[in-house]
Amino acid sequence: MKPPPFEYRSAHDSAEAVNLLTEYGDDAKILAGGQSLVPLMNFRMARPSVLIDINQTHDMTHIRADDGHLVVGAMTRQRVLERDQTAGSAVPLLPAALAHSGHTTNRNRGTFGGSLAHADPAAELPTVLVALGGELTVQGPSGKRTVPAEDFFLAPLVTSLEYNEILLSARLPRLPQGTGVRVEELARRHGDFAIVSVMAAVHLDSNGRADLVRIAAGGVDSTPIRLHEAEAQLSGTALDDAGIDAAAVAAADSVHPTDDVHGSASYRLEMVRVLVARAIRSAITHQKEGHR
Amino acid sequence: MSDKHTITVTVNGHVYTDDCEARMTLADFLRRQCGLTGTHLGCEHGVCGACTVFLDDVAVRSCLTFAVQADGARISTVEGLAEGDELNTLQKSFQEHHGLQCGFCTPGMLICATELLRDNPNPTETEVREGISGVLCRCTGYDGIVKSVMAAADSQRDGVSESGSIS
Ligand code: FES
Ligand code: FES
Repeated sequence: MKPPPFEYRSAHDSAEAVNLLTEYGDDAKILAGGQSLVPLMNFRMARPSVLIDINQTHDMTHIRADDGHLVVGAMTRQRVLERDQTAGSAVPLLPAALAHSGHTTNRNRGTFGGSLAHADPAAELPTVLVALGGELTVQGPSGKRTVPAEDFFLAPLVTSLEYNEILLSARLPRLPQGTGVRVEELARRHGDFAIVSVMAAVHLDSNGRADLVRIAAGGVDSTPIRLHEAEAQLSGTALDDAGIDAAAVAAADSVHPTDDVHGSASYRLEMVRVLVARAIRSAITHQKEGHR
Repeated sequence: MSDKHTITVTVNGHVYTDDCEARMTLADFLRRQCGLTGTHLGCEHGVCGACTVFLDDVAVRSCLTFAVQADGARISTVEGLAEGDELNTLQKSFQEHHGLQCGFCTPGMLICATELLRDNPNPTETEVREGISGVLCRCTGYDGIVKSVMAAADSQRDGVSESGSIS
């Protein structure tokens, strides 16, 4: 349970991290909060020969909001993000999701970007990014590029980052004032990875029609899945019971879970159906009762 | 192959300078180089929480941080909780309310509970359960631990009202 030997390098900013990645190639790994990478190394399931520590960088730790978006730097600690008022009011789904992400001590050290770059299909932050159609900004030797969340996550623990690119930040659309949000998560114990998670954001206009519906599921496919079909069915409607139930069935039709020790594929499908309906109903209640 | 570093850390107010391999965890550095074996290692992969310490005032799992990353940092461990020879309020409360049996998880429980009470001096039972949820205990069934933390919160409050100020 000790990691194999490696060479340690500390980068002082994102540009230096990119240079080091370029120099060492595929053998190097970025070390952010270490909450996913270090366990893998201690199990010897990951054996990078060089670790590039970005904990000393200063250009990747920030939370900024403007009229349309929230931008969060990759090195922002999850616990800081969870408690940040600017982030919470712009994108209330973030703190709601982070409350399910590991335990306080993991979030104290774990970073926003680390969870995204690790790309566990059952992790909360990737699911939030996919649900809300976030965009990720990555930096490589020849500059920055922006990747939509649905194109960033490719497979379990696989992203579209090149070997010499680093995740700088992610941008999320600000949710309209009063948007109701809900995270429904099935896990054996609080803080465990989700067996199935569903995240929903719903906004009803003054006529009681949904002018914003965002839903995604985690733990049920090789990446988090945006439930486009269910969203389309619900958008513009009054979100009545029959509509919600039908959308939940459509949601279950659009994911492809596999069997594992935590649950069979058919169980997960059933849970998607149940949790989508629950998440939508709770998000509506959340909007109606106001954020407390 | 072995990548050696010399680091300096301040642990419970004492300065330690020593060599370590890059792969040495902060937990092993504290236990071996500093001789502070109060920090326990249960799983060494971030699940049990027994190894929790304060790194620059933030409670983290010391099996998931490398010692070289802590160069220049301020650390407190369970050994730093007591006030001289006297157990502090939280430790006394664990003793009084059966907050421990074998004691293996206790260093992690105490550090997590210290952070919880610092950030939320008036926690509900649910908040206490959530606050310690990152530390596994195989003995107590958690009830004694929850009682201990709630009782410590009570006595801290009484202490505050008696002296009329927050120290
Ligand atoms: S030893 Fe660190 S969490 Fe178990
Ligand atoms: S007291 Fe024995 S593990 Fe908690």
